[in-house]
Amino acid sequence: MRIFKNPNYDFVRWTWHALVLSWIVIIAGGLYVWKNGIPKGVEFTGGSIVTMRFEQNPDLDKIRAALPGGGANAVVQSYGPAARREVMVRVPLVGAESGASLSAAADAVVASINQAGLGPLSGTCSPQKPANCVSGTQIVGPTVGRELTRRGILATVFALAGILVYIALRFRISFAVGAVIATVHDLLITLVILAVFRFELSLNVIAALLTITGYSMNDTIVIFDRVRENMRSMRRDNIADVINKAVNQMMDRTVITGGSTLLAVTALYFFGGEVLKGFAFTMIVGIITGTYSSVFIAAAIVVIWQRRGPARLAPSAAVAPTAPAKKTGKRARAS
Amino acid sequence: MYKNLRWKVLTIFAVLVVFGGIGVYPILADRYQWPAPGWLKALQLKLGLDLKGGVQLVMRVNTDDALKISTTSVSEQLREALTNSGITPASISVVPPATFRVEGVPPANDAQFRTAADEIAGTNYDRNPLAGGSYEFKMKPLVERALREQAVDQAMQTIDRRVNELGVTEPTIARQSDSEQLIVQMPGLTDVARAKEIIRSTAILEFRLVEAGPSSKEELLKQYNGTLPGDMEMLPGTGAEGAGVFYVVKKIAPVTGQDLRVARPGLDENNQPAVMFELKSAGATKFGKLSGENLGRYLAIILDNKVVSAPKLEGRITDSGRISGGFTPESANDLSLTLRSGALPAGLTYLEENVVGPSLGADSIRAGVISSVVGLFLIMLFIVWYYKLSGVNAVIALIFNLIILLGLMAYIGATMTLPGIAGFVLTMGMGVDSNVLIFERIKEELAAQRGVRAAINAGFQRVFLTLLDTHVASLIAAAFLFQFGTGPIRGFATTLSIGLFVNLFTSIFVSKTLFELELSKRATPSISI
Repeated sequence: MRIFKNPNYDFVRWTWHALVLSWIVIIAGGLYVWKNGIPKGVEFTGGSIVTMRFEQNPDLDKIRAALPGGGANAVVQSYGPAARREVMVRVPLVGAESGASLSAAADAVVASINQAGLGPLSGTCSPQKPANCVSGTQIVGPTVGRELTRRGILATVFALAGILVYIALRFRISFAVGAVIATVHDLLITLVILAVFRFELSLNVIAALLTITGYSMNDTIVIFDRVRENMRSMRRDNIADVINKAVNQMMDRTVITGGSTLLAVTALYFFGGEVLKGFAFTMIVGIITGTYSSVFIAAAIVVIWQRRGPARLAPSAAVAPTAPAKKTGKRARAS
Repeated sequence: MYKNLRWKVLTIFAVLVVFGGIGVYPILADRYQWPAPGWLKALQLKLGLDLKGGVQLVMRVNTDDALKISTTSVSEQLREALTNSGITPASISVVPPATFRVEGVPPANDAQFRTAADEIAGTNYDRNPLAGGSYEFKMKPLVERALREQAVDQAMQTIDRRVNELGVTEPTIARQSDSEQLIVQMPGLTDVARAKEIIRSTAILEFRLVEAGPSSKEELLKQYNGTLPGDMEMLPGTGAEGAGVFYVVKKIAPVTGQDLRVARPGLDENNQPAVMFELKSAGATKFGKLSGENLGRYLAIILDNKVVSAPKLEGRITDSGRISGGFTPESANDLSLTLRSGALPAGLTYLEENVVGPSLGADSIRAGVISSVVGLFLIMLFIVWYYKLSGVNAVIALIFNLIILLGLMAYIGATMTLPGIAGFVLTMGMGVDSNVLIFERIKEELAAQRGVRAAINAGFQRVFLTLLDTHVASLIAAAFLFQFGTGPIRGFATTLSIGLFVNLFTSIFVSKTLFELELSKRATPSISI
């Protein structure tokens, strides 16, 4: 069975359209983020989250009103299916992070709800005590987020640099730059879309972002591998034809792999529960953009580079300088 | 060929039995109460706190404290030595964390002072002359680094003992990649407030002689005409009778908590809760000398720079004693616990606290596992429908992948967290992709009019190169993520790296062997793809 019977689409023709489209999405999203910010989880901003389970159906407005300061800076929302009567309250950081006072804000939330007669909440939820209890608290001091962000960015930058070097050695510099730019592109697009749909940047979402980085890279290398193979048999043809042929040859695989992984994460989105929702959503966006970017960003950059740069056939062994990569980006923007 | 094939099948079978036994059987045994030996149960894949429930605390060890304690002790030693040899500098003061100053050394004693100072502080401190016969002693950078390291290590050990004394099963105390941060995970714990208090109490116990007090601050200062002598300091009292009063005590502590052998809760002569302790033999000698030489004086029992009580020394005390002073049964119990586990070398600052109720974790694990299984099942269904019999091979390879991955994770003692599951998902995705790549290639080769056997061989051979590139690139990324990432990111990187190796094994070796097995049974080679 074949999905496409001898496909012969001219993907390279759409290179510039795709580049412009991606820039529009990234810039529009960037403006949105600039105006509205990225909603960050408590891991990054610091603060306290208290998740509580009630015996009676909880009234969110009453809970908010009961909170210290009338719940002005608090987020109060129901958590999970309504039948569980679970409510999540998030309050910003209060006071110093030193000592036992770290949990002061969280304790105050529980105390004020009890005072308003909405509980009474006591103790941590367990099979013996399934309701009117605290099912979870998360308290993060202000320095943690900064450290997390710093290390996360550092890890990503080094991982991308490592891959850049590896692909440059195994393929060509243009391929390496193309693959890395495509991956950065996917990360940017996914972040922007997450921000627009107001998904919080939590640790689970970070895990998903790492996963799509891996997925996008894998997808790009698979296409490049076929391009490299075709280069040997199509020595006379220009790079655009070689890439077009490779992408067309891989069409079935792209659709099957992309489709089936998309199927799996969609199942995760709908049935994975509250904790995994952000994770699954990130994966859905990432798989779509990761598949798109392999052809329209990574391959496009190779085409642009090889057309203008010197045509070398032997794989280059040098480490890719970063300057030409920027040039490619600027050209794309100028058009 | 057939003999070769038999060995391949045996290898795969052996791998499956071993990893299935380690990774999958204990989980099933746990769930359905099947018999399993203890060592196998111990190997069972551990669940992270986000899945199991419990308390996670992230804290920073304030290593400056340890430097300050060490610097104070050296400066006091120097003071004592100088007093004994009749040199009287204007002042000796500590500049936290790791510097102390000696000001106004009489010019006549300068050479003598330098010899004494070098003898006591020369190995660990750099001596810099300042104007007017003053000197600054700065801790050497190497010593400082070693001391900070040591403080974090000691804090880890102390916390480990305390958490164990709290009765937490399977706690983890880990250092956040070469920083001064510690992560303490206590599964199943619910009384967070008490645990935090016990872990955090520095529990620095000291026995020092009382020079004056108890009295009010002003009263005491008046006795010394406004300034305390350099070898004394004023400390507040604590507890029922000590609240609001102050004591003037010696700076030097002849006996400290390090000399304790054991501490336990008990009752004093008024039937009030107290802490009983016994001293090690070296400590007992020191305590005997201290109490014997100072009969009739008062001895301050100081905990974390607060005077708990100041009993009169009525007789020579050697190897055991009692601390009383406004304890409740709980606080006596907690103090014994912290004293037994030793003092923290430095204070702790809590940075992060995460309590996951056991039910919340259980819910997320159930939903996550169910939906992952559903997703995987949908993929397998599709592959079998699309690739027919070859699809069955792929599904078998995927299941093998899962089993070996679970087994390896259990074997290396990895902990399963949500980001770890993300690594699982990516591995399975790449596993599906590997099989799809191979099958599509075989189809291409068949379309190019190759024989079945040749097409299969070419398919596997050619795709192996592709897989090598994608897997090595992912491994490189995973290595950097592990190196620079924090806890959860590391979990992701670990699962992914293991998964990549397993995936290469299953999608190339296992899948190819299955194809060969099917071909070997047919007279004329054919393939269903």
